[in-house]
Amino acid sequence: MHRAGSIRALVALLALTLSACAGGPRLPAPPPQTFDRAEIERGAGLARLGDCQGCHTTEDGVAYAGGRPLQTPFGTLYATNITPDPKTGLGRYSRDAFVRAMRRGVRADGAQLYPGFPYDHFAYADDADISALYAFLMTRRPIQQTPPPNRLIPPANIRGAVAIWKALFFHPGPPVTPDPADERARGAYLVESLGHCGACHTPHNFLGAEQTKKPLDGGYQEGWYAPPLNALSPASVPWTPERLERYFRTGLDRDHAAAAGPMSAVVRELSKASEADLHAMAVYLAEVMRPAPAGQGRPALVDRAEAAARAHPQGASLYAGACAACHEPGAQMMAEGRPPLPLGTPLHEADPRDTLQIILKGLTPPLGGAGPYMPAFASSLTDGQVAEIAAYVQARYSDRPAWSNLTAAVAKARQAGEGAS
Amino acid sequence: MTIVINVNGADHSVDAAPDTPLLYVLRDDLALNGAKFGCGLGQCGACTVQVDGQAAYSCLLPVAAAQGRRIRTVEGLGTVENPGLLQKAFETEQAAQCGYCIAGMIMRAQALLDANPRPTEAQIRAHMQPNLCRCGTHMRILRAVRRAAGLPVEAA
Repeated sequence: MHRAGSIRALVALLALTLSACAGGPRLPAPPPQTFDRAEIERGAGLARLGDCQGCHTTEDGVAYAGGRPLQTPFGTLYATNITPDPKTGLGRYSRDAFVRAMRRGVRADGAQLYPGFPYDHFAYADDADISALYAFLMTRRPIQQTPPPNRLIPPANIRGAVAIWKALFFHPGPPVTPDPADERARGAYLVESLGHCGACHTPHNFLGAEQTKKPLDGGYQEGWYAPPLNALSPASVPWTPERLERYFRTGLDRDHAAAAGPMSAVVRELSKASEADLHAMAVYLAEVMRPAPAGQGRPALVDRAEAAARAHPQGASLYAGACAACHEPGAQMMAEGRPPLPLGTPLHEADPRDTLQIILKGLTPPLGGAGPYMPAFASSLTDGQVAEIAAYVQARYSDRPAWSNLTAAVAKARQAGEGAS
Repeated sequence: MTIVINVNGADHSVDAAPDTPLLYVLRDDLALNGAKFGCGLGQCGACTVQVDGQAAYSCLLPVAAAQGRRIRTVEGLGTVENPGLLQKAFETEQAAQCGYCIAGMIMRAQALLDANPRPTEAQIRAHMQPNLCRCGTHMRILRAVRRAAGLPVEAA
């Protein structure tokens, strides 16, 4: 009894100490300010490149007004309102306060920001780019809207605890200003800083921090696997800068995949970024992903139909009825630029979850927009049936080691899909 | 091979290849012609039926995958003489023009109302989104769904 009491006191003391762990002093609100039109436009391109909307806008909400849930292993974070509303948004953020939030993860009032906001990447953004982003955000229509309160498990629910997380994992280098004449350097800089590709494509440790020794080695996000964007890329056909740039613009490449899951929302914004910036990122990423082997054309398409049918007869029959009309070699869809399954990146990933998520959820074009479509099978096929199909298509179209425990993986993929959009 | 499927509460034994789409079996073997063949690719929804209570494209459901599951078609909701609540609402609102999409529309709407008898307007629209109507009677279809749900027929 006495012991429990002292533990409670200790916890309370710890909570009190942590809640006092501010990230810095309160910074005053800015005086009225004006912005240069060209700078605002540059900021607009960068906001799209970084897909600020991806988190800071709800499905049917006003742009940048916040409120979208982000599922994390520690609970749900709700993105903040980044319109210039003085009460509920960034209205009282001076440029300096905005720079500090971006690079250090500290609010204008001095409180800590959760690292769901990827300041571990934005720390590298250069002054001119952050200023342009600031100019863009401060000239949006102010929307008065407070996001729902975060629902996090202890001790993550104590904002000051972020100080401990930062002490452990947040040691960014100085901001980078790439040589404007060096396209590759600009690309590397954008991927690392405002693009924050690593927020999904780099593996995370058990406390949600990026494993900085494995940059872009592939990571997990909202029930999906974000494949490696380096020499570990599972793509059968090497990416070229031209192909990557087109993928950024359209979310589709006939030798790899259609953007799906969290990436489909990213592409919707990315496609509106500046041409020069997208080109720079494409040049850099194509170089760091597996380069094209010299003197080799397109690889032969793997298709082991008979062996796969022998190994997975039920999967073969389900595939014939449910998938073949679109995916069988020679089907009309491939003539329209969709990737044939043997080239589909998900089948070559070590983890089956992208394949399973795509079968379960299908692909949905943006509301009112055009884009690749696939019907969802979550309601018509059981876990066992989805697993059979996945086993069959992998055996037929990929030469990678067979996935295991697929039925359990389907059940897990279904759960991961709930609550997330 | 012989496959047993349960449609509208009754077991039917059919002789079909396991990869035959359920739609073909419903129409050709069981003479249940409500569900229609539209695109055959799961894009239009004319073939929609309920599988274990959920709306599913019967053109992309191999009959073997339907074994042991409860299939419900528009014929299971009522008859011409004695139409079901939702069918009656579609009739009252004159929601059909050419009628090709309607069985699918009704079955998708039924799946919603079974799970959620008083849906919001946003829920109705999001749920009905996969099914297409080439004649453009969507507003009447929405009115029919609202009517069946006991909601004001005109959108709030």
